[in-house]
Amino acid sequence: MADVVVEQGRLARTASPRKKSTSLRNVLGRKSTVAFFLTLPLILLIAMLVLYPAFYSLYLATLNKAMTKFVGLGNFTFLFKRETFWMVVKQSCIFAITAVIFKALIGFIVAHFVHNIPGKKQRKWRGMLLVPWVIPPAMSTLAWLWLFDPSYSAFNYTLSFFGVGPIPWLGDTFWARFSVILVNVWYGAPFFLIMYLAALKSVPDQLYEAASIDGANWWQKIWHITLPMMRNIIAITTLFSLIVTFANFDIVRILTSGGPLDTTHLFATWAFQVGIQSSDIPLGACVSLFMVPILAVAAIFILRDVNKRGNEA
Amino acid sequence: MSTLAIDKAGPSRKVKLGSMSRDRTWALRWSYFFLVLFAIFFLTPPVYMLITSLKSSAEISAATNPWWVFHPTLSNYAELLTSNQFLRFFWNSAIISITVVIVTMLISIPAAFALARMKFWGSATLATGVFLTYLIPDSLLFIPLFKMLAVVQEFTGITLLNRWYVLVFIYPTLTVPFCTWIMIGYFASIPKELDEAALIDGASWLQTLTRIFIPVALPGLIAATIFAFTVSWAQFLYPLVFTTSVDQLVLPVGITTTLIKGDVFNWGQIMTGALLGAAPPLIIYAFLMDYYIAGLTAGATKG
Repeated sequence: MADVVVEQGRLARTASPRKKSTSLRNVLGRKSTVAFFLTLPLILLIAMLVLYPAFYSLYLATLNKAMTKFVGLGNFTFLFKRETFWMVVKQSCIFAITAVIFKALIGFIVAHFVHNIPGKKQRKWRGMLLVPWVIPPAMSTLAWLWLFDPSYSAFNYTLSFFGVGPIPWLGDTFWARFSVILVNVWYGAPFFLIMYLAALKSVPDQLYEAASIDGANWWQKIWHITLPMMRNIIAITTLFSLIVTFANFDIVRILTSGGPLDTTHLFATWAFQVGIQSSDIPLGACVSLFMVPILAVAAIFILRDVNKRGNEA
Repeated sequence: MSTLAIDKAGPSRKVKLGSMSRDRTWALRWSYFFLVLFAIFFLTPPVYMLITSLKSSAEISAATNPWWVFHPTLSNYAELLTSNQFLRFFWNSAIISITVVIVTMLISIPAAFALARMKFWGSATLATGVFLTYLIPDSLLFIPLFKMLAVVQEFTGITLLNRWYVLVFIYPTLTVPFCTWIMIGYFASIPKELDEAALIDGASWLQTLTRIFIPVALPGLIAATIFAFTVSWAQFLYPLVFTTSVDQLVLPVGITTTLIKGDVFNWGQIMTGALLGAAPPLIIYAFLMDYYIAGLTAGATKG
């Protein structure tokens, strides 16, 4: 299709008798040459600042701390022997999976409530409910840090009226893990909400009407109509969120910096502490490389879904 | 809508209709009830930011009801907005974000145009590659990038670490892949007849891009611009790693590192700073909500 267009374009240009194109002009005017120059900055950027660092990180991970000697897989075996490393692996998985499940659930439920109310008011409510997702996470996490403050916590103040607490939000391992997940859910749920809301709107009303006539209850409607219709969007949103949540840095860094006793560290925050703060760059690179397998699996699934969606369209 | 349809159905359905509309009113009431609950959950932190920012440090340390301001004061705002340090953070953030937006657009628009319209060898692979690049998180690349910058600095003698301008080169790695990806989508949706007509009239590829594609895909362009701006404005990890001197910091890093002095937390000022830092994205969101949402949800982004 596009080739035909080009042929026409070239014909149109060569047909005009005034233009005598030299061979250089021919080369410059050729479609592939133009395309090459148009994409060159993009290719350079990706090659130099994304692909090269990614492979460089593989190389760095095989050096010793002073980066003078090749140690092969020494850093990896060193990590395997450290208890903190396994704790980070565990916590990263707990954090990502729990947070994504709750984000998806809350997003799904709230999307239904927003979808239920009359159209005019939906805009207002949607606008309000998306605020957490608009505020830069570093800023909103500061507000949470203040809400969780050990001596002035506004939550503990409120809870004290119900005879609960004071809860050590960030001081105790369980509560610190709970808090980081809570903040992540708070930040990410609106994203699911907006994706699901768009998906809900694309489900034809007739399907629900037909189901009600057949006597389906609300649960059957969700299970047999809503979920199958939204399957693609649910899958892709969840996978995306899994990647971003797994690689999260801001929230844990600001809330706990990995504490208490390294129990809330994720790969990203631990890599930062080891690689930048303790300036053991090879070990830090090594830690962050452990994210690759999980990210790769999620990426493969996303790519499959995106391609499928592209083919359907 | 459907209640209206049933209304006309005749008297035999009246009983059923009554129960159905009652069900609906109740569903509506429950929806509002839960929406209010969730809105409280979602809006508590920003509202609490605002409440705290209006308090003096004396009132904060007096530990009165934290949810109410007894003696509202704007002193926190006045102090921050006259502090050179804070204005410096703001300025750094602004200049970096705006430059990154321009760089992003200059790279991704031509690339998206080429990938959407000119089928050339490897164009499909490149488009997929761009998309995959978008999935590589910043937390995977900050260590090798840090080392790379140190190495380049050693070889060329150009100071790269601890300089805000280096972020202008690094941030496009976060914005360009996604902006290119959504622009490919927008450009591909433009009917081929438009550019065919232009080509037949003798327009060059560049003219087709500037005269047809950019004006027609303007909504997509605005969405991509907003995306690039918010991502650069909110970025926390790269500036935290690459810059350390107070005069080189951007807003998120500046607030978290300088306003927290040792164990003394001046919460009134921290919350004011955070609120001011959140203001630009919030303002853009308030005025251009639809573009904002379109930009950040196209192809599913973050969260």
